[in-house]
Amino acid sequence: MDLKSLSLVAVFAPLAGALVAGLFCRVIARSVAHTAAIAGVATAFVAALLAFREVAGGARFNGTVYQWLTTGDYAFEVGFLIDPLTVSMMLVVTFVSLMVHIYTIGYMRDDPGYNRFFSYISLFTFSMLMLVMSNNFMQLFFGWEAVGLVSYLLIGFWYTRPTAIFANLKAFLVNRVGDFGFLLGIGLVLAYFGTLDYAAVFARVPALVGETIPLFGADVAAVSVITAICILLFIGAMGKSAQVPLHVWLPDSMEGPTPISALIHAATMVTAGIFMVARMSPLFELSDTALSFIVIIGAITALFMGFLGIIQNDIKRVVAYSTLSQLGYMTVALGVSAYPVAIFHLTTHAFFKALLFLAAGSVIMAMHHDQDIRRMGGLARYLPVTWITSLIGSLALIGTPLFAGFYSKDSIIEAVEASSIPGAGLAYGALLIGVFVTAFYSFRMFFLVFHGKERFGAASHGAGGHAAHDEHASHDEHQGLPPGEKPHESPWVVTLPLILLAIPSLLIGYVAIEPMLFGGWFADAILIDEVAHPGMRELAEHFHGAAAMALHGLSSAPFWLASSGVALAWFLYLRRPDLPAVWQARLGPLNTVLENKYYFDRFYETVFAGGARLLGRGFWQGGDVRVIDGFINGSARFVGWAAAVLRFLQSGRIYHYAFTMIFGLLVLMTLTLWVGRA
Amino acid sequence: MSEAPLLSLAIWIPIFSGCALLATGGDRNAPLTRALALVAALVGLAVTLPLYTGFDLASSGMQFVEQHRWIARFNIQYLLGVDGISMLFVILNSFITVIVVLAGWRVIDHKVAQYNAAFLIMSGLMNGIFSSLDGVLFYVFFEASLIPLYLIIGIWGGANRVYAAFKFFLYTLAGSLPFLVALLYLFFASGGSFSILDWHQTPLSHGEQIWIFLAFLVAFAVKIPMWPVHTWLPDAHVEAPTGGSIVLAAIALKLGAYGFIRFSLPIAPDAAHELAGLLIALSLIAVVYIGFVALVQEDMKKLVAYSSIAHMGFVTLGIFLFSQMGLEGALVQMISHGFVSGAMFFCIGVMYDRMHTRRIADYGGVVNTMPKFAAFFMLFAMANAGLPATSGFVGEFMVILSTIQTDFWLAFAAATTLILGAAYTLWMVKRVIFGAVTREPVAQLKDVTPREFAILALLAVAVIAMGVYPQPFTEVMHSSVNELLRHVAVSKIQ
Repeated sequence: MDLKSLSLVAVFAPLAGALVAGLFCRVIARSVAHTAAIAGVATAFVAALLAFREVAGGARFNGTVYQWLTTGDYAFEVGFLIDPLTVSMMLVVTFVSLMVHIYTIGYMRDDPGYNRFFSYISLFTFSMLMLVMSNNFMQLFFGWEAVGLVSYLLIGFWYTRPTAIFANLKAFLVNRVGDFGFLLGIGLVLAYFGTLDYAAVFARVPALVGETIPLFGADVAAVSVITAICILLFIGAMGKSAQVPLHVWLPDSMEGPTPISALIHAATMVTAGIFMVARMSPLFELSDTALSFIVIIGAITALFMGFLGIIQNDIKRVVAYSTLSQLGYMTVALGVSAYPVAIFHLTTHAFFKALLFLAAGSVIMAMHHDQDIRRMGGLARYLPVTWITSLIGSLALIGTPLFAGFYSKDSIIEAVEASSIPGAGLAYGALLIGVFVTAFYSFRMFFLVFHGKERFGAASHGAGGHAAHDEHASHDEHQGLPPGEKPHESPWVVTLPLILLAIPSLLIGYVAIEPMLFGGWFADAILIDEVAHPGMRELAEHFHGAAAMALHGLSSAPFWLASSGVALAWFLYLRRPDLPAVWQARLGPLNTVLENKYYFDRFYETVFAGGARLLGRGFWQGGDVRVIDGFINGSARFVGWAAAVLRFLQSGRIYHYAFTMIFGLLVLMTLTLWVGRA
Repeated sequence: MSEAPLLSLAIWIPIFSGCALLATGGDRNAPLTRALALVAALVGLAVTLPLYTGFDLASSGMQFVEQHRWIARFNIQYLLGVDGISMLFVILNSFITVIVVLAGWRVIDHKVAQYNAAFLIMSGLMNGIFSSLDGVLFYVFFEASLIPLYLIIGIWGGANRVYAAFKFFLYTLAGSLPFLVALLYLFFASGGSFSILDWHQTPLSHGEQIWIFLAFLVAFAVKIPMWPVHTWLPDAHVEAPTGGSIVLAAIALKLGAYGFIRFSLPIAPDAAHELAGLLIALSLIAVVYIGFVALVQEDMKKLVAYSSIAHMGFVTLGIFLFSQMGLEGALVQMISHGFVSGAMFFCIGVMYDRMHTRRIADYGGVVNTMPKFAAFFMLFAMANAGLPATSGFVGEFMVILSTIQTDFWLAFAAATTLILGAAYTLWMVKRVIFGAVTREPVAQLKDVTPREFAILALLAVAVIAMGVYPQPFTEVMHSSVNELLRHVAVSKIQ
């Protein structure tokens, strides 16, 4: 099959699965729904593999499927661009999606919305593929919004929970703030390039260097067109990829079922922003201002979201903050023009973070949907597969040499070190501290869950005055393990995906680093100005094989930072479990700031949500009701009043009329005389 | 096929069958009345379809023209014709008529014949508005179409219908008189013609154009409605029965914008250019100000009514950009809004029929008892919020992308709809559809009936088809819009 047919199959197989499972969700058996959905995604995965083989053999595809709309001089099309960047994303998306589909059979076993869930995750796979396979901005925006829609539906999957339907509205609206910038960026692309087709836009980029737009009046401050476009597009990425300050929706998105936290809110959708910037590298390379902005935003996200991971007690939220922090790493990589490294970290992260989430889900099942890690402990004995795969995932996340995360994260740190873009120095420090923080919170969770004293099965939940940290976690829904009962390992449909994800979490870095970063794999998909941004070249110069890199890694600063993070976690949570509470009390104000997540939520809720409602009420009651309707009703009253006055004139008495006529005649005569004399 | 007087059929079939329905007698014949009304609506739709299939894409002029003398003394003609701008509205109107007849099927049980007659007659009159090429004929249809709407609100309306009808009357009265004066003025200025196409060619001085434009503006701004003459709409919607709201939103609101395109722009092009800034400002106020007002509404119908005003802001914005993409975006937005707002009002009607309340606070957790309905409602809500792959996206996308070519900050203001539109729509969805059932009446709700399902499915197909493949809608517009813009670019001042 040629690449076009493969693309069509890859896209429409999951859509077909979604339609079967969704449209008939109330009539078909569960087995039919999950078979249809899994068959669709498996087909897409096979198509992605075949497309990968074709692309590796040098084939490319960039073509239109159909013309969506023409107007004036513009034509908007639906089409695919299949190149190395696309197939890399296709493989990641379809593989993780397939794992999540299989896992779901076990995880959602008892849920009444089983078929609906399968429909949504297949629909998500379709949308995500449309996003990454697009050859133009219009379709990119379609995919962008479609994954947002499915994310919205899935965060609110358990729609009776107030927290879930709060979280999904919040996620959608915060993303819409990003999309607002994104759409304006797309608008500027059309205005200045005259097309939304990637290839045509990139071909015309050189002609627009130096062109400015008079954003704040021509004389005051004209902004470079490229910079304006890049920053606006990146604002879209900040929403989708949850960068500070648009990150607030991602932790709350954990209200959704765990499989989608793995698929959407860790492995794929949230990396759409990273992918988009990499795709737009020919634009971003020309704006150091935009790149600096990206570096700074990414560094802030990587470090400060990591800190929040330390104090979370909900197993999913720890992983969620870890995701935020890792997205910050990828963003920094983009900012220092190491786009291939960003995509590389995206890939390794997709595997180990999906693994960590699915493992967390396995733990949650064993705990009967209690998610508080303070009520776990010692689970390694009962959940051996979950334990070992979690260990692999955690080691990959913290960047242990030879594991997948090591190669990608160390490459990011080296690329940042080599970069001279403004903000890179700050980012370098942030990422190094981030390594320590990552190791600490990861193993804090790992030890609390799998080792130490068994704390589950306590009769009462939520004891202790510590539950206030998380106003959205509704504890009544956490059933928890009944006292005396022992947890059980999950069924094979759950553990198999864990194992299948653990393999790439171990190996993908070692295998892929050389071809992906230094073998010219992205040569024609990602453009880097190596003179202005020599980071990738320096990286290549220092690279002497994956094994040598791992060996060298053992003596590098990140490794020691990560090790001390693990050691500290071990000391605090296994060796001296009495200490954390003491430290927390001593660091009171700092702790309060962290527990309030730097007050972002409160600020947004008061200023934006509250402000918007206030403004709306002001416009409505003040503008519409008082002023406009006041005027309308007032003029109606005036008409009524005037009519009432005039009614007196129509008395029906002849002498009234006669008198009026005489009076009128007098007035007229007087006036005539007066005017005539003057 | 082009021999048949399709436009006359599209106008008079509904009107005559509406009159005939009145003869079917009282409500004991209701089943027969309903069936006849449906047949009439379907036949009315069927005769409009050849307008699309037989449409000549290359021609920018009027097609399916019918010309007869009417009042020879004043040179008034029975002159009909459609171009790429008006043709789709005739079909949309006939389609919505079918929806409306179906929507009132079980719900309206008193004065069934009169109810269906009012809608059929209104449908014919609306088709008349969209296909009239004679000023007087247009004016007659334009004013006559208000009568059925008054009656629908006045007879089948809610408790406060008198106030709503009164407000509506006051507003439209203020608009109609200047419009009539402008028409008469044009009759003399053109040397004694009432043909709209002649008026397009009539040279007018700068001052004349400004006055004529303002006269038109008053008439059309009320209809659209534009800020600040919009406050009749929420009240009219709240009091209107479901069918009335659907027609009001889907068709009646389009008359004003259509008037701008057919009258204001080509007749007074210089004034249109000169006053475009004012119109764009009013449009953006509609988008932003009304967006905030919609956010805090407590009545679902009011919320959707305000959201209609905001969406119509995109229409007027697109029109006064004087670009192909903007104007076509405005037309697409008008058609899409016909589907989406029609669907939203129908959805609210479905809930109202069961609960007899439209207050958002009286709902919550509807998805638990009406899952099929909730799925449809979700779809239409997303279309209302302008999600890609629904029709709601296409027009907004085109208008925003066209605006940014005029000025970045105008587009910035317009694009706030991405946030505001999602905020007011989805916040309502959250409070009405999602959540646990906390109220007994919600727990008793029954999901949609097959009839309701069919209506929702029809509208859903339209919304998605137009979102996924809008090209069939826009390709018929190209020639006419292109010609219009070419015409508007040339000054008429001599």
